[in-house]
Amino acid sequence: MTMTDIMPPGLALKKVDERIMTLNVGPQHPGSGHMRIVVQIDGDYIVACDPDPGYVHRGEEKMAEYRNYITNVPHLERPVIHDSCNVLYPYVLGAEEILGIEVPERAKYVRVICSELNRCIYTMYWLAIYGIFLGHSTMFMWPAGDRELLIDLMEKVSGARVTHAHFIPGGVRNDLPANFEDVCLRQVNYFEKRIKEYAAVFYDNPILISRTQDTGVLSRENAIRYGTTGSVLRASGVDYDLRVKAPYDVYDELDVHTNVMKEGDSYARSKVPWLDMMESCNIIRQALQKMPKSGSVRTKLKPNPKTKGPATVYKRVESGRGSLGCYIVSDGKTEPYRVKMSVPSFRNLLAMPNLLIGEKLGNMPSVYWSLNYWPVEADR
Amino acid sequence: MSALAPKFKLSEFIKSLLDNAFWMVLLVSLIGLPIIQIILFYIEMPVIDGELLTPFLAMTWLADPTRTLPIVKAFMATDMFRVMAFPGFGFAALIAAATIFVERKMLAKLQLRVGPFYCGKIEGILQLMGDGLKLISKEIIIPAKADKPIFWAAPVIFVATAAAFVALIPVAPGWVVADVDLGLLGVFAVIGFFPIITILSAWSANSKFPFIGGIRALFQMVSFEIPLILSLLGVVILTGTLNLSEIAASQSSFPWIIFLPVGAIVFFITMLAELERIPFDLPEAESEIVAGWLTEFSGMMYGLVQLGTYLKLYAFAGLFVVLFLGGWNGPMVVPPFPEELLTGVEMGPLTVGPFPGLPLFDQEMLNGTLWFVLKTVGVIFFILLPRGVFPRIRIDMLLSLGWTKLIGLAFVNIFIALGLLYAGVLGPGGLQ
Repeated sequence: MTMTDIMPPGLALKKVDERIMTLNVGPQHPGSGHMRIVVQIDGDYIVACDPDPGYVHRGEEKMAEYRNYITNVPHLERPVIHDSCNVLYPYVLGAEEILGIEVPERAKYVRVICSELNRCIYTMYWLAIYGIFLGHSTMFMWPAGDRELLIDLMEKVSGARVTHAHFIPGGVRNDLPANFEDVCLRQVNYFEKRIKEYAAVFYDNPILISRTQDTGVLSRENAIRYGTTGSVLRASGVDYDLRVKAPYDVYDELDVHTNVMKEGDSYARSKVPWLDMMESCNIIRQALQKMPKSGSVRTKLKPNPKTKGPATVYKRVESGRGSLGCYIVSDGKTEPYRVKMSVPSFRNLLAMPNLLIGEKLGNMPSVYWSLNYWPVEADR
Repeated sequence: MSALAPKFKLSEFIKSLLDNAFWMVLLVSLIGLPIIQIILFYIEMPVIDGELLTPFLAMTWLADPTRTLPIVKAFMATDMFRVMAFPGFGFAALIAAATIFVERKMLAKLQLRVGPFYCGKIEGILQLMGDGLKLISKEIIIPAKADKPIFWAAPVIFVATAAAFVALIPVAPGWVVADVDLGLLGVFAVIGFFPIITILSAWSANSKFPFIGGIRALFQMVSFEIPLILSLLGVVILTGTLNLSEIAASQSSFPWIIFLPVGAIVFFITMLAELERIPFDLPEAESEIVAGWLTEFSGMMYGLVQLGTYLKLYAFAGLFVVLFLGGWNGPMVVPPFPEELLTGVEMGPLTVGPFPGLPLFDQEMLNGTLWFVLKTVGVIFFILLPRGVFPRIRIDMLLSLGWTKLIGLAFVNIFIALGLLYAGVLGPGGLQ
């Protein structure tokens, strides 16, 4: 092993062609997020790309080994605070199965509603950043303002604006507030009307289409081979959505439509989450209709629940970025022995170096952010 | 001993005042007075009633109200007033400041925001002043490996070049700082300076992101200068002159945009690119190259570059108005100056006036300025508007747009102008 092999990327003392310039994009760069991308460019073309995550590693998985099954809830949602219900979902499902807790029917519907609302909140935030990465300041301000509608709804439900900690093993923390169904229906209808207006200013914009079409094309075979999930996989023509393929809670009773595009380019990857938001609105309306109007939303738990003996469980859900899994190992104590989160962000990031090679430097932000990647979630 | 200043002593206060006064007298007598002498030597003071206006004479005359107005009027005829105040720097800076405020408010309304609100009671009208104070008070940080003389000089040269551009724009009949016969050629010369300044500042910063931004700016400006110049040839062919005042005067019946719409569109698009406005703001694309060639500028150096950018924006909008929208020409809406003020108004037992020196501005000048400002503000509005609607385009799309489509359209415009000329419809001097 030579010195260059063990050096961190970007610091490697490789002799490169004099034409090639190494750019450190991040972590203090407006177009990088909480990570660093080491890009080598020849003129305006990217010849090598080395994503370097790990700047926001907080040891969430290790922290989970020192807390019991209930107190794990507030900190396991921290990786993606905008999508906190979905991030917590697989852990809660797994804990329920491993502890043998039954969940009331109404709680399952409340979870589906909260989960879809959170998917929209996350996607709007993601879309705002995608807009400003392309220099479209209106597309930054509009989603950032319109997601307040749904944040207000979630505040009514859980009391917190972003980190809800609403899902707990055994149901949800609180029942829905009075008159929630009417308010939710009204807000969601208005929200859907608003996001349809984005087509005129953003998705049908000729400059945007000519800029993002045929850039960073991820073929169907490569999308499957790199292990991408979620909107990235669906934009490459793979009809894969866990809400349909492996339904959890009450998704099997709801009519879920999957949005698939065949192009696999940056434009398709940016459009699929937008279509998914409209689908989320449909799901929320169905769930509000089918939800039992009254009943318990939480099974009463013992103070320190523990498993009967050693047990393992793996549960996964469709989050805002793709398939999000949680693997829990228990050795019979009150704390889990090991909690492992299998996050979609990191798997989507793996496709990035191959997509960026040969692209122009101007395409880097759009290809990077179209991968539906959340740096904090990848680091955990 | 007061509670506000417990260590206050009257004797020390007076001593400090005397200290300061000593230094002030010393500095004024050693540095200030010679500088004033040197300035007075170079400035041509006006001659009033056959007497050269010295500062001493001006101060004695100011005591007499009937002689104040002639002094003011004589001062307005000097070159210094033209350069610093009315058609020159002060006027342009005022419009530039208004442009920044309108841009921020308009963009905010477009994006369902409020925009500047708290600074200055009325809709945040003093926000720009606050931003300016902030920029002035900030520390200027120079990169250690920068080529310091060039890096320091670049923002100043940028503002100076933009001001030189402003000097060429005629605002009203006879009101232009530099009324040169080859005015349009002068405009091309000034525009040719901007890429040089940009690449100098970008290269001297010795940093990677400014370097890429500077190269992009160089590509963009050089490749859009050719369609810019070609699109203006149509107007030159039809008017037969390069003097901007004559070009504006030739449009007294109709503006050239009626006959040369293609040239106007090409000029407008190239103008956006030269100004680095969205969708052509690649040299400052923040998600790709931080702030492009402005990355290493801090404090007032950045403020100067911004000032230069907005002066340039005003100058380009003014050039568009002069060349295609008829300059100062428009229906007479300013009422004539009341004649009574010239002869004197009788108010009962008193007779007020006559006021020698009135009117300060003639009717044509006020009307021309009004129409010029209205048209310029309209053009600036259309320059600002794409920022709310379009994303940024890519460098290869930009270059293919400049080198293929816009140059082709500019040639189409030249053929239209030549056709009109040879068909005898229009000729030098315009259709009267």
